[in-house]
Order: sequence, then C-alpha cells, then structure tokens
Amino acid sequence: MSKHTLSILVENKHGVLARVAALISRRGFNIDSLAVGPTEHPEVSRMTIAVSVDEQPLEQITKQLNKLVNVIKIVELEPSQTVQRELLLVKVKADTLTRGQVLETVQLFRAKVVDVAPDAITIEATGNPEKLEAMLRVLEPFGVRELVQSGMVAIGRGSRSISERSLRPVPVPPPHVASGPPNVQAQPPADRPHHPVPAPPPGRTVAPARHG
Amino acid sequence: MSEQLTGAQALIRALEHAGVDTVFGIPGGAILPAYDPMLDSTQIRHILVRHEQGAGHAAQGYAAASGKVGVCMATSGPGATNLVTPIADAYMDSVPIVAITGQVASAAIGTDAFQEADIRGITMPITKHNFLVNDPNDIATTIAEAFHIASTGRPGPVLVDVTKDAMQAKVDFQWPTELSLPGYRPVTRPHPKQVREAARLIAAAEKPVLYVGGGVIRAQASAELKELAELLGIPVVTTLMARGALPDSHELHFGMPGMHGSVSAVGALQRSDLLICLGARFDDRVTGRLDSFAPDAKVIHADIDPAEIGKNRAADVPIVGDCKEVITDLLAALRTEIANAGRTPSYDTWRHQLETVRAKYPVAYDEPEDGTLSPQYVIERIGRIAGPDAVYTAGVGQHQMWSAHYLPFEKPGHWLNSGGLGTMGYAVPAAMGAKVARPDKTVWAIDGDGCFQMTNQELVTCALEGIPIKVAVINNQSLGMVRQWQTLFYDKRYSNTDLHSARIPDFAKLAEAMGGVGLRCSDKDSVDATIDKAMSVTDQPVVVDFVVHRDAMVWPMVAAGVSNDEIQIARDMAPTWDSEEL
Repeated sequence: MSKHTLSILVENKHGVLARVAALISRRGFNIDSLAVGPTEHPEVSRMTIAVSVDEQPLEQITKQLNKLVNVIKIVELEPSQTVQRELLLVKVKADTLTRGQVLETVQLFRAKVVDVAPDAITIEATGNPEKLEAMLRVLEPFGVRELVQSGMVAIGRGSRSISERSLRPVPVPPPHVASGPPNVQAQPPADRPHHPVPAPPPGRTVAPARHG
Repeated sequence: MSEQLTGAQALIRALEHAGVDTVFGIPGGAILPAYDPMLDSTQIRHILVRHEQGAGHAAQGYAAASGKVGVCMATSGPGATNLVTPIADAYMDSVPIVAITGQVASAAIGTDAFQEADIRGITMPITKHNFLVNDPNDIATTIAEAFHIASTGRPGPVLVDVTKDAMQAKVDFQWPTELSLPGYRPVTRPHPKQVREAARLIAAAEKPVLYVGGGVIRAQASAELKELAELLGIPVVTTLMARGALPDSHELHFGMPGMHGSVSAVGALQRSDLLICLGARFDDRVTGRLDSFAPDAKVIHADIDPAEIGKNRAADVPIVGDCKEVITDLLAALRTEIANAGRTPSYDTWRHQLETVRAKYPVAYDEPEDGTLSPQYVIERIGRIAGPDAVYTAGVGQHQMWSAHYLPFEKPGHWLNSGGLGTMGYAVPAAMGAKVARPDKTVWAIDGDGCFQMTNQELVTCALEGIPIKVAVINNQSLGMVRQWQTLFYDKRYSNTDLHSARIPDFAKLAEAMGGVGLRCSDKDSVDATIDKAMSVTDQPVVVDFVVHRDAMVWPMVAAGVSNDEIQIARDMAPTWDSEEL
C-alpha cells in the first residue's frame, strides 16, 4: 500500500461530496483525508483526497470516480511536484512552568499562538503532514487537551493549472420529436463530437483512460 | 420560443421533446401534478401498471426491444422505492431507462413528511446518474440531460426526482439547445494505435476466441461481429447477455460460456491463447475462479466503459470504445495486417478441435424416468414453434438457463433477461414492455413458478391495455435453482424451496381471473398442441402452466468458486479433456 493524493475537480452541485465519498466507501477503500472547497471558477469545487491503496486498485477507483457525471477531472499529484498543506489547531497544557518551552516549540515550527488561558495554549500550525506530526510529537509530553485537524489540500508546483479548459457545454442530441406513429425501430446512439483532450496538467491525469 | 407552463406541463412537454411515446407508471400524491397534463398528451401513451416494479421492468423490456430509452414514473416514498429493483437491474445490465419520481414539496424535504424517501440518495449507487429538481426552470434541461446520459456511452438508468412545488409553479418552457455536462464525455472512438496492436495480436495467435458480451447487442454491432468472425474464422462464444449477437446456427458459434455454459464454449475460453473480449466484463459467472480462468490467454479487452477494463482480469491490449466502432476499425486493421504480412493467419487446427468438442458434448438433457414432462423439452418446443423472430424474456433460475440453451437465438435484441442482478420476476413485466415496443412480434415470457408469483399482477395490465403477451410457467413446484444447489451441495435438505405450486395456486385459473387465457399442460404429447393454442390467441395475454419434472437439473455446471476446468456435463461426469488435446 502506498499513499496517493488525488485532486478532483467536481461540479459545485448539491450532493457531489456524498457521491464521491459513498463511491469510495462502497468500492472498499478508506479515505485518509478529504478536503473540499471552492476554486477560481464559482461553478467548480475541488476535492483533495488522500488514500492508501496499491497502484492497481487506485486505477480502478479513479476510473469509477471518473464515471460520476459531476466529476470533471481527476489528477494524481506527485508529492515531489506538489505543495501539500494541512491546518492544525491544538490545545496544549501550559502553566507558568512549561509555557516557555511550549512557546519555543511554537517558534521552532513557525506556528502561531491563537489563544492563551492560565493553564493552556491554543496553537495554530500549517504545513505538510510530516511537519505537523513532528510538532505534535514534541508537544505531546506537555499534554494535548484537544486537537482538530483539516484534511490536506494540495496544489501542483509551476504555472500550470489543472482547471484550465475543464468546463464546456455539450451539444444536446437533436430531440427526436415524434411525428406520426412512434418509431419502434432501433436507433443507433447519436454520434458524439470529440472534445480535444485538455493540455496535460502538472501531475498525472489518471483518466479519462484513453490508453495508448 | 418560450411559453408559460406549469412545471408539470413542462415535464410532459420535455418528455415529448425527448421522443417519448410510452410511459409505464402509477400516480400518487407527489407525482399527481404530472398526471394532469399527461391526460392531454397525444404523443405519450401512459400504461397504468399494478406495481411500480412492473413499471421499471416494463421500461427495461421496452428499451431492450426497441433500442430507445424506456420511461417509468412513480410517486414519492414507496412508489419510488418500488422502482429500486428494476433500476438496479438496469444498472447491472446497462439498459437505458429514465425513471421519473415525484418528491414531496421542497419545504417538506428532510422533515420525514408523508411518503418522503430520499430516492436520490437511495439510488446513487445504482444509477448512472440521478437528479433532484426543485426549481421548475431546471425541468426541461434536466430531462434532456437525463435522456442524453441514459442513452449515450455505456447505457444505464437515470432517475429524475421532481418536487411537487416545482411541478406546480409557473415556468417559461424552453427545450435546451446545449447541455452543460463538463464531466460527461464518453469515449466511443477507439484509439487507432490500440486497434493496430490488437490486430497484430490476433494475427499472431493460434487459439483466439471472440468472447462476446452484451455490449455488442447494445451497440447493435452484430453484422460487424459476423464479418469479423468470418474474416479469419475465429471461434465465437456469446455470454448470457449476448445470446443472438451471432446466430446460434453459425458454424463459428460455440455456445454460451460460464457456470452453466456449454463444454465447447467453456473449453474454448480455458484453452485459448487470446481472448478478444468485446463488450463483456469478465463476470464471475463466466470466469469461475478468476486465477484459473483462461490461464494461457492474452487479453484484448474492448469496452465503452474504461472502468470495466482491467477490473477483474488484466488486459494486454485495452481498447476504450463503442463495440460497433471498435469492430469496424479492427476489421480494417486486420485487413491491413494481412496485406502487409502477405499471408492470412489460419486457426483451422484450433477450430477443428473445438468442433470435435462441440459435436461430442452438445448441450443435452435426459427425459425424466418417471414419465413426467421435461422442462427442457417444453422450452425447446416453444422455441421451435414460435421461432427466432419471437422475442423471449426469462425470469431467473433454472428456466432461464434452459432458455439460454434451448431457445433459437438467431437475431440480436430478441432475448431479454436479468443477467447481472438476477432479478426473479423480471419476465412478465419485461415481456409487457417488449410487446409495447414491438407490437408486431410474438413475445414469450419463459417464467418459473417462483418468478411468476412475484410479478404476475402485470397480466391485469396486459389484459386491460391490450398487450397480448404469452407466458410459459415452467412449473416444477420449486425454487428450482436453489433446490438444485440443495441437491448437490446441501445433502438434499430442501429447506424452504418447495412451493407446492402444482396445487396452489391454479395458474390457469389465476390467468383467467386476470383477464387472460389460462392453459395447463403436463404431458409430452400435448405440448405442441398447447403451444399452438397459445400462439393462436392474439388479443389476450395467455398463460400456460407447464407442470414439469421437479428434479430436472441445469447442466453443464461449474460449481461456485472452482475453476472452469472442473466443468461437469452431468452429476459427477466430467468431459475428458485430454483425449481432445485441448
């Protein structure tokens, strides 16, 4: 099993999160983390999903996700080509004796103190998952009273965007308005136009699977 | 060209624009507004069924028999949940249907209102896509999108849930000229490089087999398939969903593969060195134990759904595309390959081996020793008398497998059954839908006595609506397939499989009570005369209760979870592979 980060562009429509989460669950996969939010296009949302799976099941899950009509595009982000961030809020025990040491840790990890009480400090930190894990290891001996963490968000390095050219209308098939008796002869499906394949985004476009 | 309508009028108008001529459904509270303008539609015939499940299967039968999108309609809550089974069935077998359901008013959603069920949530895993419409302005566009999604790419069911208030509001009707579906772009044109690679593999193979699935039927690619098989003389097997894709009488046809497949078809796949899989999905009922399925074969897998490729069996050459286009391109590539190589590959040795197996192990049955009627004989005679031009539907179980073996499959689109989901009760309502789509055709539902008791209420619909289907109840007084497994694997402990249906119900009387003709037959000598009589009735539904031997079994059989090499042609009888040098 290896960790993979998928960036998924979805239509900003009611129920999309449920569709994506339910599909991953019913195909037997666990989500390590999921974050969803708006993008530069108001009609598009972006999900960042971290999953631990092997290569082959990952291909199956991305193909299944691509079949969801509301899913516009899926890109697997390679860690080396990607900036990954999580947000952490943690409430640590800190009295007059230990406060100095806790504040030192905050500085070391370039975190921020966002609230202080006589016997505790609330710290805000952002970073990649490894950094936050390291900070928590240092803070743990002081006593973690409460912890909340966001899902990871990730974006590819460089100037390219994965959301370019993702939204375009599809011409409606000519409505076969019945005139005369209903046509019971089998009709071949209307030929569909072929859209140019979007420019390769940073990372690996996992689908649509045009093999070759 | 906009015009003020109610949302309900817009819904009916949109269905008309989508080319709908038939809707199977039942009204109820939340869908009531839609049924008022339905009364005024001259284009749409609404067929009032007796159970929503019947509406769903009828829409499937209509779609499969016509190639068009089938439509069913139901109210919220229980009406909608009764559609769940046919929707799941259509999803598994890639049948294009659109289900329209009423939903409680948008203000009441989430309040556990009367007859409220989150049908969009319920059907998410079993629809190609679904919609909840609560803005009347979205009705026309949503219907257009639903029909587009259902009928293109890999076909499937789409559900449109419309709230009652959206149907009651006023709206400017406008049929869209463009759809915005940025995430929906099915690939139908195969990649030329992959097709060339497939042609190279075929030319290099010694034991190729065309493993043909329902995708070839849906793509209406039978003519192309025949041309492809004949070009090089490649043996063909057709799965349960593909019966009729190549005529059974064709010399290159080696039968149906799978758990109850013919020895020649199962053997062809097992011993092949190249599977050319067209629109099939390596279902467990075909492959048996996956790790011992066709162990020496390379795989060319063509499917319109990329997710099917590599799902169960890795493909050496994956091809995403519509089967019709794939086969057409493959034909051209093969001709080029042959021209470049300067020689035509020959599979004569391989084909002769299979012909020997086919001759030695035909699908066959023994007459019951106690003189009771043989179910296989009944089905065989119906097929002979009604002929390959009739449309046949089946339920699920022994009678379905016997139908798959003994009916005459010579044409595509004449065999409708529930393959993936295995829905008992599919036959009668599907036959009803098929007969509506093809009134010129004789439509026979081959049903079991268990299946028939699940959905026979639609005979009332058939009688009242003038849909003269014919039903053969293969009455072995049991849930026969389950009983067969109890015989083979549960030490003949027949737990809850005895239906006592030789006595109760009286199927002939039941048919009469529901406005049809009821016939009964229990001896071999009167089988033909009974079928002839059923064939002569053309203005009413007919039910024939064929009381048959209850211990007849489906053979050949590959037991669940074992390798296809373990196929048995009868109990404890295996074919002798080695002597065939297969």
